[in-house]
Amino acid sequence: MPTATSPLSLGRRLLRSSLLEALAYPHGVDRYVELVRPLLVKREARAEVTAVRRQTPKSVTITLCPNENWRGLHAGQFVGVSVEIEGVRETRPYSPASSQHAAGGALELTVSTHPEGKVSRYLREHARPGMIVGLTQAQGEFVLADPRPERVLLISGGSGITPVMAILRTLCDEGFAGEIGFLNYARSHRLALYGPELDRLCDSQRGLRVARGFTRGRGLPLNGRFAREHLRAVVSDHREAAAFVCGPPALIDSVRSIWAQDGLPDPAVESFTPPALSFDTASAEGLVSFSRSGREAANSGLPLLEQAEDAGLAPAHGCRMGICNTCSCLKTAGRVRNVITGELSGDRDERIRICVSVPVGNVALDL
Amino acid sequence: MSAAAAAPRLTAEQLEAFGQELDAIRARVLADLGERDADYINKVIRAQRGLEVAGRGLLLLGFLPPAWIGGTAALSLSKILDNMEIGHNVMHGQYDWMKDPRLNGKTFEWDTACPGDQWRHSHNYMHHTHTNIVGKDRDIGYGILRMSEDQPWRPYYLGNPIYAALLATFFQYGVAVHDLEAERIAAGEETLQEKRAMLEEIWTKVRGQTLKDYVLFPLLSGPSFPLVLAGNATANLARNLWAFTIIFCGHFPEGTHEFTEEEAENETRGEWYYRQLLGSANLTGGKLFHVLAGNLSHQIEHHLFPDLPAHRYAEILVDVREICERYGIPYNTGPLRKQFGSVVRKIVKLALPPLPGRSGSGHDAEQTKAAAEARPKELAAAA
Repeated sequence: MPTATSPLSLGRRLLRSSLLEALAYPHGVDRYVELVRPLLVKREARAEVTAVRRQTPKSVTITLCPNENWRGLHAGQFVGVSVEIEGVRETRPYSPASSQHAAGGALELTVSTHPEGKVSRYLREHARPGMIVGLTQAQGEFVLADPRPERVLLISGGSGITPVMAILRTLCDEGFAGEIGFLNYARSHRLALYGPELDRLCDSQRGLRVARGFTRGRGLPLNGRFAREHLRAVVSDHREAAAFVCGPPALIDSVRSIWAQDGLPDPAVESFTPPALSFDTASAEGLVSFSRSGREAANSGLPLLEQAEDAGLAPAHGCRMGICNTCSCLKTAGRVRNVITGELSGDRDERIRICVSVPVGNVALDL
Repeated sequence: MSAAAAAPRLTAEQLEAFGQELDAIRARVLADLGERDADYINKVIRAQRGLEVAGRGLLLLGFLPPAWIGGTAALSLSKILDNMEIGHNVMHGQYDWMKDPRLNGKTFEWDTACPGDQWRHSHNYMHHTHTNIVGKDRDIGYGILRMSEDQPWRPYYLGNPIYAALLATFFQYGVAVHDLEAERIAAGEETLQEKRAMLEEIWTKVRGQTLKDYVLFPLLSGPSFPLVLAGNATANLARNLWAFTIIFCGHFPEGTHEFTEEEAENETRGEWYYRQLLGSANLTGGKLFHVLAGNLSHQIEHHLFPDLPAHRYAEILVDVREICERYGIPYNTGPLRKQFGSVVRKIVKLALPPLPGRSGSGHDAEQTKAAAEARPKELAAAA
């Protein structure tokens, strides 16, 4: 930390002074500063890419150094990362894999590419040290309790390894003395992430047991997809462990069903694959009014973001799966159902994420 | 419609086809938006911020005459770029597709006295929806001037040229109070009390602008206080005169049409385009001229497609013109001196009561005919 009298801190204080803000009215100091030093802005969280490596042919691992507006995170949380692609700012949620105690608050993202993943493919091809990305503050409930549980069970599939890796690294950094079991699934050995590091951690961290499985081909000691008997390879008793599961919906569903059979409370889960949703378009009724633009449309039963787009509006949006909150807008009347949780909203003024909200009858939005 | 004689009467089918052709241009540009457009607006913003910082810096050395002149010129250009190519266009939502919160049309704020939110209402909604409908489009005369023969003459309008000169000089404040509809307050239709929230908004914005230009930067310069103040005032004046000139050339040159509320009732998409086209006029000029005009020199294309990035207008102009020629719709364009000259003549002429026995539309028709005859020459020159 620089002391209050260092030139650096003096410079920053000057940049943050209200006099300078008045001189830069109405655009604000940041809009000038960022043209020279994009990380020095005082409001937005941004980060510089400091290292890039490619662990597998379908992923890229990026180390980010956030600016001072970044408020840190708990291992397992996710962060919205924004990049500009063909002139359009795209934001996607990624769970950093780094320890929450990493030096300098560095974040490590491992981004797996999808054939249709605009941002993931862009990062795989274009990420390089010195590149600046936008960040949202960390979100998400997929985190370790404080104080730490005695036994931790981590289960991940594919790119879902990142938040559980963050939890594992954090526990290791904290000198965690309890038992950690880690079931780690990947399609094949070639696509498996963090293999060498997991081997090293197994040597250095007492009480850590890692078992890997490859869903396409034979793995050792696990065979095929997740099954109850895999649990025994890494934990003495899964009923006693705080479980964290991140991966494709099928993996989450099968873990959940075993936990349900055993009468256990649901494990903590995280998934960035949008669940397959079906919309009841046949029995949809009511009218959707977009009050600011003065447009109206019959409720089609689809999420309000799509209905707004169908009505010719172009609301701000990001993930389209209820995560990033970019599409949040004020509902001024009516009820909506959250398509992910099934939850029914109140009928008063409230902010809703229109990408995952379908109207139940008449709804008015401030759009 | 004034000067109806000069405009062809299109059948409903023709109007429909005409509208579809224009829709196709819009769809084509929308599908092509990308890096080029983002780079363009970012480059203009970079230039504006650079000119602003350079201008403010040079003015601090304003005791040296070349620094004062250079600083004032740079600051004038900065304000012109900020208000026209950046502010006006960004606030139309032309760059909303970039999803960059700094360029969001609904929240952008500009370096002028008018609060962005009031501009979005008075300009984006009122003016662009009701373009050239006398009685609805308050940009016809701004509630101060007589700019259409359909506005009944009153002795007050004898001062038309003086009011216009005052409006040009203090244009940023004219724009700032535009959405207040002060003439309705004067007529007793609304009270100042009802406008309180708007007045507070204007006051906040004017205060911020005044503090920056007329208090803080002059104070920072110490002994050069009066020189910096004069430089900032000159830059504001230069922007005012320039913006007034360009904007008044958008809808008031001879040959532009006005409409009645009845004519605009239940308009189809094609009819809306048709009205926008007849109600707007372009300016010809070089590339730098168009940038400094915020591409409002392509007023016709801007009124057809207010939310397409304005630097695209020059590219689609050829197609718009070709469509107009095919449908026989007059396309009003000319160099600044010609267009502004005709605006000045209109301001002076409309100060006087209409001459008995000479109807306005007849006169307009003559002018349109003259403009139509001038057109092939310009085309040849352009080719």
